[in-house]
Amino acid sequence: MQQELVDKIKNDPKYQALVSKRSRFAWILSIIMLVIYYTFIMVIAFSPQTFAIKIAEGSVITIGIPIGILIIISAFVLTGIYVWRANGEFDNLTHQIKEGIK
Amino acid sequence: MSRNFLIWGAFATLFAATGVFATGGVLDGAIEKQSLNVAAIVMFLLFVAGTLGITYWAAKRTKTAKDFYTAGGGITGLQNGLAISGDYMSAASFLGISALVYTSGYDGLIYSIGFLVGWPVILFLIAERLRNLGKYTFADVASYRLAQTPIRTLSAFGALATVILYLIAQMVGAGQLIQLLFGLPYWMAVVIVGVLMTLYVTFGGMLATTWVQIIKAVLLLSGATFIALGVLYSFDFSFEKMFTEAINTTRDAKGMMSGETIMAPGGLVNNWFDAISLGIALMFGTAGLPHILMRFFTVADAKEARKSVFFATGFIGYFYILTFIIGFGAIVLISKNPEYLTAEGGLLGGNNMAAIHLSHAIGGNIFLGFISAVAFATILAVVSGLTLAGASAVSHDLYANVFKRGEVNEAQEMKISKMATVVLGVIAIGLGIAFEKQNIAFMVGLAFAIAASANFPVLFLSMYWSKLTTRGAFLGGGLGLLTAIVLVVIGPTIWVAILGNEEAIFGSKYPALISVTTAFVGIWFFSITDNSKRAQIDRAAFEAQDIRCQTGIGAEGAVTH
Repeated sequence: MQQELVDKIKNDPKYQALVSKRSRFAWILSIIMLVIYYTFIMVIAFSPQTFAIKIAEGSVITIGIPIGILIIISAFVLTGIYVWRANGEFDNLTHQIKEGIK
Repeated sequence: MSRNFLIWGAFATLFAATGVFATGGVLDGAIEKQSLNVAAIVMFLLFVAGTLGITYWAAKRTKTAKDFYTAGGGITGLQNGLAISGDYMSAASFLGISALVYTSGYDGLIYSIGFLVGWPVILFLIAERLRNLGKYTFADVASYRLAQTPIRTLSAFGALATVILYLIAQMVGAGQLIQLLFGLPYWMAVVIVGVLMTLYVTFGGMLATTWVQIIKAVLLLSGATFIALGVLYSFDFSFEKMFTEAINTTRDAKGMMSGETIMAPGGLVNNWFDAISLGIALMFGTAGLPHILMRFFTVADAKEARKSVFFATGFIGYFYILTFIIGFGAIVLISKNPEYLTAEGGLLGGNNMAAIHLSHAIGGNIFLGFISAVAFATILAVVSGLTLAGASAVSHDLYANVFKRGEVNEAQEMKISKMATVVLGVIAIGLGIAFEKQNIAFMVGLAFAIAASANFPVLFLSMYWSKLTTRGAFLGGGLGLLTAIVLVVIGPTIWVAILGNEEAIFGSKYPALISVTTAFVGIWFFSITDNSKRAQIDRAAFEAQDIRCQTGIGAEGAVTH
């Protein structure tokens, strides 16, 4: 890529908007996933009996089981949220940036 | 010539497989109580015939290096998502995780979750950038703005080490599993797997490898769904009932967790170091596995790369929920059924057979045959992907870019990649046989540790840190690699379990926390103190690289009109 083009794209406000919005969004979602996972694994390391609490009086199901399943679902949902926004908003911005350098 | 080879290969496999009929009788040793499984063999042969047909079709479409390494870049997001999940759902994770749930209940779920949560992070931080920068291998990305020779060499060795460790683990697993399921001798199973994977990859390249993986993923997901539905059906679709019966069944169980303890965390992770370190190994390790990373180059653009991870996360998550149900189903339906037990009361063929026995309990002989064939197909599909990743590291990174310094024509590079595939096939068969009786439990852990400590940090910082230099990446990545290997060797899995020492020098099975930190600190330190000419070039090139990362402008195969 020639320096001229690099400078042009770099100074394009749309490019700056794309980079800052997407980076923020990606890091926020990553941190949410990491916090969910590490909270889970730390409870297991320090207080495994917490997950042995029953979900209801008389039930044998412990809260650890729905929590575990919810974490699996949360991973899927988080990827869905990201893909939804990236394939719409971010790809539109990218498309406009590409149009701008034609 | 390629056609003759294919036909020859098909015959060789048919011959080897039908050899069971002749040798089955003499195989009634101590472990193989398994009688000859005709349904399994028929279904497996159908799978082999189908996949060789695909390989023949793919061979006609595999003409250029781009076809060979990336299936021409024409795989869709959904197809690639299935292929990625197929790479992840190996026989080891299907049988191993359901066995872990079978013996330890809840702990199996902890393991699954650790394996899954890396995927969203890969999507958010890595997938698109990788697609926008890379061509055929992850070393393309790591060395994009750095000096080719040292960084390619380091990445290629990281890739090869990961691939070979994984291959050995898969081959040994394959031999033992097929011996049990089909009554084939160990060596013959290893040879069949080795020959078939070499055929797929050499002739069909990435296109065949991807379709073999997709077909297997669909078969495995359907099979596992059927088992799980069968389990739920037998408890009137009540989880309460399933868990209650599992608790009652295990009350006086030996060799597994018992009673209500199966419903809560046991001893899998019990200190903060292991907890953090295991998480880092699984997350960053996944993001450093060469056979997974190369799948991002098979799709057309960043949009399809994103969709791939979305579908893959869904399929893998769904699959792990199924294995959880399968494990609990096995506790109730087979752990007390004498048909599946040895005289001592353990499972026939070991705990890894839990899902297999359960398939028999639910669907009879025909379904057992189907699941056995799927397990065999799973191994084949995974080793093919590994072999292709290893071959690309040799031909594209080491030969074309290091040895020939980029001055090489496609025909030559293709030839080398096919030679590398055959050599890897031979090595895999040889090591598979050599390691038959060895303890290989450390291998997948070591592969993940190397991927997390050597491959991932260099790859990640090359995309995110403008001040990274060649010297920093090479020394830091090398230090990470070395630390990972040393800590595994002096840790419990090798120092105690294999070398027979009393106590491990390094107490944890999971070195990632230390080795990954070493790599990052090493890369940082040797980069910021680097005042060489090369360092100026490395830093100056970041801006242009970052624009391509962010937008895909100039990316391989992307549409930039």
